[in-house]
Order: sequence, then C-alpha cells, then structure tokens
Amino acid sequence: MQDQRMIKVRNMTKRFGATIAVNNISFDVRQGEILGFLGPNGAGKTTTMKILTCYLPADSGSVEVAGYDVVENSLEVRRRVGYLPENNPLYLDTGVVDYLLFVAAIRGIPSGKRLKKVKDMVGICSLEREIKKDIGELSRGYRQRVGLAQTLIHDPDILVMDEPTSGLDPNQIIEIREMIRKIGKEKTIIISTHILPEVTAMCDRAIIINDGVLVADGTPEQLMRKGRGSINIFVKLNGPTEAVQEKLNDLAAVERVSMVSSEPSGFSRYEVKPREMQDPSEDIFQLAVANEWTLTELSREHVSLEEVFKQLTTKDKAT
Amino acid sequence: MANIYQIFKKEFRSYVNSPAAYIFIIVFLVLTSWIFFRGFFLINQAVLRDFFSLTPWLFLFFIPAVSMRLWAEEKKLGTLEILMTLPIKDHEAVLGKFFAAFALLTVTIALTFPLPLTLVTISDPNIGVDMGPIVGGYLGMLLLGAAYLAIGLFASSLTENQIVAFIVGVTLSFVLFIIGEPIVLFSIPSALVPVFDFLGLGTHFENISRGVIDTRDIVYYLSVIAFFLFLNIRSVERRKWA
Repeated sequence: MQDQRMIKVRNMTKRFGATIAVNNISFDVRQGEILGFLGPNGAGKTTTMKILTCYLPADSGSVEVAGYDVVENSLEVRRRVGYLPENNPLYLDTGVVDYLLFVAAIRGIPSGKRLKKVKDMVGICSLEREIKKDIGELSRGYRQRVGLAQTLIHDPDILVMDEPTSGLDPNQIIEIREMIRKIGKEKTIIISTHILPEVTAMCDRAIIINDGVLVADGTPEQLMRKGRGSINIFVKLNGPTEAVQEKLNDLAAVERVSMVSSEPSGFSRYEVKPREMQDPSEDIFQLAVANEWTLTELSREHVSLEEVFKQLTTKDKAT
Repeated sequence: MANIYQIFKKEFRSYVNSPAAYIFIIVFLVLTSWIFFRGFFLINQAVLRDFFSLTPWLFLFFIPAVSMRLWAEEKKLGTLEILMTLPIKDHEAVLGKFFAAFALLTVTIALTFPLPLTLVTISDPNIGVDMGPIVGGYLGMLLLGAAYLAIGLFASSLTENQIVAFIVGVTLSFVLFIIGEPIVLFSIPSALVPVFDFLGLGTHFENISRGVIDTRDIVYYLSVIAFFLFLNIRSVERRKWA
C-alpha cells in the first residue's frame, strides 16, 4: 500500500482562451506523501488544483485521483477528496455549526453521527470559543479553521489545499501548519504555497511550476542540490594573485575563478564557480596547504530554496 | 434526494436568517392587501379579481428579487467552488435551490389567507362565495410564481452580480409575460398570434384564475419551469466548457 499512487496526472493541459494555464504537466503523488506545489502567482497552481478536485476539466491529458478518473467518476473522486479552495470561501451568513452540519450531511455522514463528528472537528480545529457565531463574525484565523474543518470532516484520504496559510499572521501560520502536519500523517496532501520555508518545514516532496510548465520535481533537499551546481564558493588567501587564479582554475572541479577584491596586506578574495554537481572545497584547501598560502575564508554561498525557486522560475523568461 | 433536501435546507435557512426575506414578505402582503381593499367595498362583490389580476405584475419584480442571490452570491463569495466540489450532482444543487425559493414563495402566498377569509366572512350568506376562481387563482399564483422563479434562478446563474441577476430575471420574465398580452398580439402577424398567445405566461394564468383548471395550462407552466431549470443546469456546467 505504501507505494500506491493516489494521484496520477498525465500530460495535463488547460487553456483559458489564448493563454495556456497548464501546459502538458505530468506527476504522481504517492499515498501518505505531502507534496508542496510551488510557483509564482499565475503559474497554474490553482488551475491544477481545480482540475484535481473536479471543479474544472482539463482540455487534454488524463487525471486520476484515488484510482478514479476525475471526469468519468467525478463523484467518486469528490467523495474522497477534501478541498480548501484559494482564499477559503465560506458562507458568511451561516453559523459555524450549521455550516459544518451541512457539509457533514452532504458528505454522507449519517444523521445520528453528524453532531458528534462536528464536535470532533470543533475540537481538532480549536473552534470551541466561536461555535455560537456566524462565520462572517469570525477573524481570519478562525475562518481558516472553519475552512479546515470543512475540508477534514469526512476524513478524506486526499487533501488538496490552495494556499492554506495565506493572509495569516506568523503565529497562526505555525498553528495551521502544525494542524496540517498532525492530521496529515496518514493522508495524501497537496499544498500550494509561495512561502518557501513552509515547503522545507512540511513537505516530503515539492513540485515547482512556472508559466504552466513543470520545472522541478523532487524532495526539498534534491531541489536545493539541483541549485548547488551554480552556487559559488568564496576563498580568501594570501598569495600571488595570478598564480593563485591559475592554480585554482586548474582544479578539476572548478569551472571559473574571478578575483573579488585584494587588500594591501596581501590577502585576496576569489569567487570560485564549481562545475555542475561538484564540490572543489577540499581541493582548494589542499592547494592552499601545498603552496603554503594562508587560507582565512572558505565559504559557500548560502543556498536556499528561494535561490532555486528564483533560478527556475526566472531563467525561462530571459530567453 | 437526500442531497436536494440538504441544499434546500441550507438555502431556506439562509432566507429565514436574512432580513431581506421578511421585508419581501411584509411588502408583498401590504401591497396585495391594499390592492384588495382599495376596490373591495366599492364594487361590492365577493371576488379576488383585482388581487389576482395584479399579482403577475407584482411577481415580476418580487420574484427575481427572491431568486437573484441563489447563484450570484455563491459565485461572488467563491463558495460555488466548495459546493460544486462536494459530492453532489449539478441538478441536485439546482433543484435544492429552486425548492427553497419556492417554499418561501409558498409561505408568502399562504400568508395572504386573510383576504379570502375576509371574503367568506363578510359576504352575503344567501349568495355565498364562488370558490372556483379563488382556488384557481391561488394555484395559478403558485404556478406562475414557480415559473418566474425558474427564470430568475437561471438569470442568477449567469452572473456574480445580484443586481444584474435581478435585471436579467425581470427582463426575461417580462418578455415571456408580455408576448401573450393584447398589446403584443395586436401588433404581430395574425398567423403568429396563437403561438404567442400560447407562449405568454399571463394567458395561462388568466385561464386558471378564472377557475378553469385545464391540464394544458398546468403542463405549460411545468414545461416552462423544467426548461429554465434545465438551462440552469447547463449554465452551472458552463464553467467546464469555458
């Protein structure tokens, strides 16, 4: 069961008029996986989620959720998916409990168990203080919890959440994140976001899409390593600048060296660009030792998912 | 069925919770009572004719106001996305909403009961009251109202703006009502007169409210309702073709 694919997307394309919102995307999500869906605004994240939840059909390609086709067996898919749409829409003039009872009823929970189920959800989402109010009277954070309760009430196998933490304050973000992690242990979850630390914090895997095209797919570590190919190393040592540059350049793992600055004391700082997927730091150290150059800095440019994200989502536009 | 009932319950509750529904009922009752009593003692006849002849015109504005929010609001709030990704069929959502609005209409019409009651209590016991036109008139009001509702509900599904939904609803209803009225019938080629006369919403209402309950009139109203509910289902699906 562990390796079962809960979501299977093949060559999915969706157009709105002349614009291609999603262009030939394929990916899988395994059972129990938390997948982060990354991309700039307008990249096609929301459209993809709408297709997965049967709100919109794709123009071409096939989409299977929980083993059912989203077009042919739409109702079966919808029964197994909990969906939190973008901006968390809610009936503002409805009471919290009334709303959850309505969703529970439509979700097919038998009438005798509905109230208990709603009470459970109120407990899980810490809504006790607000149950007597209309949804419109709630603060943003509580509305988000009502949205989550709606998403979770039928204990779905698959959760699709479109920016579940947008617009919340940092404390609320952490709370909602904890909640998702708590409930997400046995569930398959897709979360879209443009808050990158969220992905590192919560997700097993991330997909980056840009302009409707899938540009990266892997664990957060893999994605960061993917970016490391062009992450530079800074070296500071004292030695004859030309000889240093030449010898650094001769190292197998080094692609290019350039001097950043030099000080009158004889120390100079160099920027070393390694070859793809290689790390020359050790060789640089050995080189400095062999030549008796004093090495005072050997540091790597800080790599974060932000860098990778920036690289992957802007380079296409330049060309 | 269960889903239709749940949608019905949700929509009806949101009518009950909103002040707009009460304003609607009160204004409707005040207007109809005024229309009724204005001529009642003058003509000295135990009939509801004035009341029934003006309700189609009142409905023309009242009913699109009842139905305008049903889809437009869902679109505006974005809750349509939740509703349509719940495991319900499109027609269940459409019917649930329709029945909720119809229930409100039925309650409103039922609350006009003092009018026929007055008629019965103060009329000359030797002559009595002709119940045929009253029963027919009420049945006609329900059918005509339901037809307007189906039109208004369809109009609401076309837009996310309630005002636009209202105007489109009034316009569509008005067109369908006026084509059977003499003012139009006199100005079209005579070959078309029976067709327009048959299609007009008002013609059938006149028949029924005279106390002549003919299956053709009932079938006509049911067809109009079914037609616009069908269009409604298609327009809810429309997001899928865009």
